This record gives sequence, C-alpha cells and structure tokens, in this order.
Amino acid sequence: MADIQTKIRTKTQGDVTDVLVLVDHPMETGQRPDPKDKDKKVPAHYIQKLTFSVNGKEVVSSDLGPAVSKDPLVGIKLKGAKPGDKIQVNWSDNTGKSGSGEATVG
Amino acid sequence: MTHLPRRLFLKNTLATAVLLGAGSAGLFRPGWALAAEWPKDAFSAKKLDEAINALFGSSQTSPSAAIKLKVPTQAENSAQVQIQVMADMPNVEAIAVFVEKNPSPLVAQATFAGAEGYFSARMKMAQTSDVVAVVKAGGKLYSARQNVKVTAGGCGG
Repeated sequence: MADIQTKIRTKTQGDVTDVLVLVDHPMETGQRPDPKDKDKKVPAHYIQKLTFSVNGKEVVSSDLGPAVSKDPLVGIKLKGAKPGDKIQVNWSDNTGKSGSGEATVG
Repeated sequence: MTHLPRRLFLKNTLATAVLLGAGSAGLFRPGWALAAEWPKDAFSAKKLDEAINALFGSSQTSPSAAIKLKVPTQAENSAQVQIQVMADMPNVEAIAVFVEKNPSPLVAQATFAGAEGYFSARMKMAQTSDVVAVVKAGGKLYSARQNVKVTAGGCGG
C-alpha cells in the first residue's frame, strides 16, 4: 500500500539501538459513530501484526489491538546492532492490507 | 426411465456442489489460520484476568520491581497515552500491555527473540484506570501496574 507510509527511525547510544516505527494508519476501533450517519459506526480498521527483523531475522513480533492510538508509534531496543544492519518492519491490518518499511542502522 | 438421468444429473451436481463447498472451505482455512495467529480471544476478552489468561494461559502474575512502566500519571489526551515498558530481567519472552478499564483490556503484546525487553507505544484509554504491564520471562509471569488519570476537558482535576 503505497498510500500508507511506514517510517522508521533509529538512534544508537552506546551498544543499544532505539528503533521507532511510525505507521500512517487510521486505527479505527469499530466503536466510533459515523459522523455522517449516527446510526452507523465507522468500520474497524486497525493493524494486527507488526514485526521487526534485523538482517532478515525476526526479532520482535507484536500483536496490536484497536486500543493502540491512531498513527501508531512503536518502539523497541536492540543490543549490539552494527552500523549498516538492515532493519525491516512489516505490518498487516484486519482488512488484509499490509505494508513494510526498511532502514539501516546509522 | 427418462427421469433417471435427470435425477442422476441432479444428484451428481449436488454432490459436486458439496465437494466444491468443502474444497473452498479447505482453501479458506490456511488464510483463516494465518489470521488466527493474532490472538483474537485475548483481544476480545472483556476482563483483565480473562485477557491475561487467554494470552499466556494463566492469570497468575507476581509483581516485580524489575519492570519499569513509564506512563504519565495524568493523561491530557486519552487518545494518545505514551507508554514505555522496560523489563530489566534476563530471558524476556513477551511483554503485554493492558488497560484495566478499557472495553477490551489488551492493548498490545510483543514477543521477543533477540531484542531488548523494551516496548513502547501510544494507546487510547476510555477512562481513568490502572495500566498493567505483564512480562513473561523464563516461563514466569511478572507484572507492574500504575494508575493513569484521564482528564476529560483538559483542565486537570
């Protein structure tokens, strides 16, 4: 999905690397009334799976629920990541959409 | 005698339809199984204990000071509450975040294989509630909790 952006930022301090991911996603809970039609609700649309890989090896696999905020910003920490290591993030939502982003440890 | 072929035909088409139905159900199953990896029961549980139980298979957690839960004590915007969980212990397998009084308490969970025991995100809160972090390390469950006050209207209180 080209229309949903996945941004990754890394910051290394000592031997710990912070990885922050921002996905441009609505994260609809399915509980909010439709602003145009009060009897209807905005259908649920949220990310369910978000995985982090380093050089192709999965290190963190997270399951998100509708309670995660709009445009989720998820952070993890890696130990001993070297400059040049490739970090890849993949996500998929409840409607079957998916996206990914890549970054290199700086 | 002329009816027989028709009956046979009907019977056969019905059988084919049934087979096709079963076939397509079978075809759908892999996709369904993939989606089921996402712990639906845990996310739809309405009570904190049920959610922890559905996720980890047990709701017995022991409080631990090694888990650092960083959340604001007072949230100005209940739709964007920053949370950070740091588990300062070896062999962290999973971290889960719950908001006790949300309609569905489970917010997110992460399993680790080679990363530090750290997870941060932003979450929505329905009302003032305890935020609970459950950490699975070395096969045991540990927890930490903190109350977060949600102020409607943004004027403190």
